[in-house]
Amino acid sequence: MEEAKGEEVTLFGFWSSPFVHRVIWALNIKKIKYKYVEEDLSNKSALLLEHNPVYKKVPVLVYNGIAIAESLIILEFIEETWKENSIMPQDPYEKAVARFWATAAGDGLWQFFITEGKEREEALTSVINNFELLEKELIGKNFFGGDRIGYFDISVGWISYGVPIFEEITEFKIITEQKFPLLHAWMEAFSNSELVRDTLPLREKLSERYRKVWEATMQKKN
Amino acid sequence: MASEKGVMLLDFWVSPFGQRARIALAEKGVQYEYKEENLTEKSELLLKANPVHKKIPVLIHDGKPVCESLIIVEYIDEVWSDKAPLMPSDPYQRAQARFWADFVDKKVYDCGSRLWKLKGEEQQAAKKEMIEILQLLEAQLGDKKYFGGDSFGFVDVAFVPFTSWFYSYETCANFSVEGVAPKVAQWAKRCLERESVAKTLSDPKKVYEFVCFLKKKFGVE
Repeated sequence: MEEAKGEEVTLFGFWSSPFVHRVIWALNIKKIKYKYVEEDLSNKSALLLEHNPVYKKVPVLVYNGIAIAESLIILEFIEETWKENSIMPQDPYEKAVARFWATAAGDGLWQFFITEGKEREEALTSVINNFELLEKELIGKNFFGGDRIGYFDISVGWISYGVPIFEEITEFKIITEQKFPLLHAWMEAFSNSELVRDTLPLREKLSERYRKVWEATMQKKN
Repeated sequence: MASEKGVMLLDFWVSPFGQRARIALAEKGVQYEYKEENLTEKSELLLKANPVHKKIPVLIHDGKPVCESLIIVEYIDEVWSDKAPLMPSDPYQRAQARFWADFVDKKVYDCGSRLWKLKGEEQQAAKKEMIEILQLLEAQLGDKKYFGGDSFGFVDVAFVPFTSWFYSYETCANFSVEGVAPKVAQWAKRCLERESVAKTLSDPKKVYEFVCFLKKKFGVE
């Protein structure tokens, strides 16, 4: 573990947040020692509000007293501050592609999850379109980052548990081994990797949390 | 896409997002081919270059497409790194630059659209939000020459195209940017002294004409 050379790293998070998971994975790849503070999102701490006054959200990384918010921005900060165990590609074009998918990969998934009928069909078309493109990104590679897990993988990594949970709740399978062999294999490799396996909360707990959020959202709509 | 050497930008004349790319290319002195898209009849090239969002701007460099305006600007900064650096070198400053550029991205266009799309109470709420956004940016700018400090930088590129929409926001929602964020107003004028900005930004009156056209199209009056 990279020990504090007078370095203090604190991560404010929430156990089920996919945005927080991204940061945990990055910190772990870089072997950075950090303090974790679990926030009660219904009663946010004064410290969180002080560190992220603009959005008041998790994750927030505090490094030697300075705060960085927004998970993808935190990832790039981590990459640039701790030089070993690089997570970003070197090539500017590959960086651009990774940055694009970091936000685009999840497009339509939430809509698919919480809508019905024609709206859901449209969301599903968009999701399948994206997954077909993501499938192409995996050709000849074990991970989106190549041989090892990197920024691209950890940014889209929430799909590896999010999609199966959405599929379970909606009783509709999107990523099958037949339709998306590479994506399916990636999901397994990613979930079973040492990095991810030991850091994710129990599937049942996550599933329960997603179901609660889904029920609450569906109720508000009806 | 043919692996043609060179730089092409798929864009739409009044798009503030496209203008970010144009300003970055101009700052770096990059020669490129500009292609105006008809957004009601998108070209095969655009649909192929941006199959996910089918939106402009798209930068095509040696046949390879880059999508999303802020990603395009970072790409331009990294490839043409010998001139006019847009990002600072310190990791924390870079994080701050990305944060505020992203803030502009998340907030300004959406809120601005609500100013001309809505009426009555909803418009008032959007106006209140826009004033808050401008004041947050004002605080961020402070007494600096640019958001980037002494040099024109990433946040400046991200935000400056919206300054030609200020007139439209002010007219539709009845407020003054100078009144609520005087430093931002001054900064906007300073930016226009840069050739890259002056040559790229749309005339505010033309933007307003465009907004009026959109209002008719959406049946707002």
